[in-house]
Amino acid sequence: MNGAMLFPWVGIVLCAMGLFAFIVHRHLLRRLLAFNVMGSGTFLVLVGLAQDGRGVDPVPQALVLTGIVVAVASTALALVIFRRWYRVSGHARLPEDV
Amino acid sequence: MSGSAALAWSVVVPLAGALASLLAPPAWRTWLALPLIALTGLASIVLLAAVLTGGPVTHALGGWAAPLGIALVADGLAAGMAMLTVVVAAPCALYAAVYLRGHSEASGYFWPLLWFLWAALNGIWFAADVFNLYVGLELLGLAAVGLVALRGSAEALAAAMRYLLAALLGSLAYLLGVALLYGSYGTLALDGLAAHAAPQATTQVALALMALGLALKTALFPLHGWLPPAHGGALTPVSALLSALVVKASFYILLRLWLALGPALGPATAATLLGLLGSAAVFWGSWMAWRQRRLKQLVAYSTVAQLGYLFLFFPLATGVPEAAARLAWDGTVLALVSHALAKAAMFLAAGNLILAAGSDRISDLAGMSRFRALSLLSFGLAGVSLMGLPPSGGFAAKWLLLQSALASGRWGWIAVLVLGGLASAAYVFKVFRRSFREGPLRDRFHAAPPALELAALALALASVGLGLVAWAPLAAMRAGTVFGGG
Repeated sequence: MNGAMLFPWVGIVLCAMGLFAFIVHRHLLRRLLAFNVMGSGTFLVLVGLAQDGRGVDPVPQALVLTGIVVAVASTALALVIFRRWYRVSGHARLPEDV
Repeated sequence: MSGSAALAWSVVVPLAGALASLLAPPAWRTWLALPLIALTGLASIVLLAAVLTGGPVTHALGGWAAPLGIALVADGLAAGMAMLTVVVAAPCALYAAVYLRGHSEASGYFWPLLWFLWAALNGIWFAADVFNLYVGLELLGLAAVGLVALRGSAEALAAAMRYLLAALLGSLAYLLGVALLYGSYGTLALDGLAAHAAPQATTQVALALMALGLALKTALFPLHGWLPPAHGGALTPVSALLSALVVKASFYILLRLWLALGPALGPATAATLLGLLGSAAVFWGSWMAWRQRRLKQLVAYSTVAQLGYLFLFFPLATGVPEAAARLAWDGTVLALVSHALAKAAMFLAAGNLILAAGSDRISDLAGMSRFRALSLLSFGLAGVSLMGLPPSGGFAAKWLLLQSALASGRWGWIAVLVLGGLASAAYVFKVFRRSFREGPLRDRFHAAPPALELAALALALASVGLGLVAWAPLAAMRAGTVFGGG
């Protein structure tokens, strides 16, 4: 494995760890954190795969910036719904997991 | 307005509408919808006319060419989907304008979210590269989750949360596939990928990830768990929009990927697997729909079942003679359009029945046939299309799919198509059996406002009438795809 492939592989590992946590944990905040770890892993794959000695490619950087905006927006929406749900129900898990 | 300008306007108007209705005082937002619907509808009509006369239309936003700029492309399929969006969303918006009078808090947020949803849908129909499809998918998911949460009850919030988690997981799987594709080919454009893609391991892993994410978002069995509570628990006009249009968007992306890459790259086993899961969805969804005690849950499970038919496209169109593939394409497109019309009609009619009975339990519908015959008529006409009885759009779609399966000699899928129709008859007639029962309990029902009845009836008539004029949308939506010639 050469150095250029380090970032994509780290990204894949992060994705796998995030997916594992997303499936295993029931607490909604932990699942949301797991989603964010998965997202970071995906971004690392996206930027890392394109850096194979041809210099810096601006397209993946632009994509990842967009992706980060999307991830922040999704996380914010999830937090708002989570707070409402917690206030209404008193639970930090979904009804089927309580 | 030229075709290229209409293409840009059909994305810009809903997006501007979303921002304008966020800034406008809540009381104005309903009225603001009227000119916005007219403008979006006009842009879609002009665009469809331009595509039909002059072939595919493109527009580079802001004059920036791809890859750094964003290109919009409309072929017949895309322009047809935009037109379908107008035809379904306009009655739903009319319905919402009346229905939401009783929900003052929800109505303020409904309109901006509706416009974000519309912008995302049009963005997806016209996207020319896999990353813009991702952005459209995310915007669509966030707007849809917001709409589900509008009701604000604990049940609705849990459904929205579950939907959000499924949507986020699905779009990350899709994005990881996009990353692998870009890493392999250095391009994101669908036509660029179609020109370069080779059947190697990375590509197949990428396509598998994207298909998995999209199947989760389309609620393909067994990944459908999030759909019934979200679609069944939302406000009625929201349920109609979600079931008719939103789940179709992720299926549309899958179709686009198949058109660009599938035939050369996807192994036949993958197509068969999608078809088998679709068949399982048809029977499991119908069985679960039959078992429901609440009307909107029944309709929501019916969506799970009907989405299964769409996935029969992949085995019916892979590795078969071209004539059979063309029939499968026509049948699938028609199934998509007629289900969108029928399911929107069915949800709106179910909402009217629930308003009339004052309860969403199917057992409380007793005696409905005598007092609210019009609501029941709309529900029944939509049911005719879902069961696939002539002359409805659902019948024509199933007929084409059957012809395709006959032409390629694939008998297994024929059994699914025939038995699936019987299964959907079971749950539609369950509602009717209850409604025609003379209940001793009550002889008085609330009347739903006429506008609500009208919206449901118009969509139901469209879904049945579609079978008579099916050649027109089919001819339009073939244009510009690989099935366009001849």
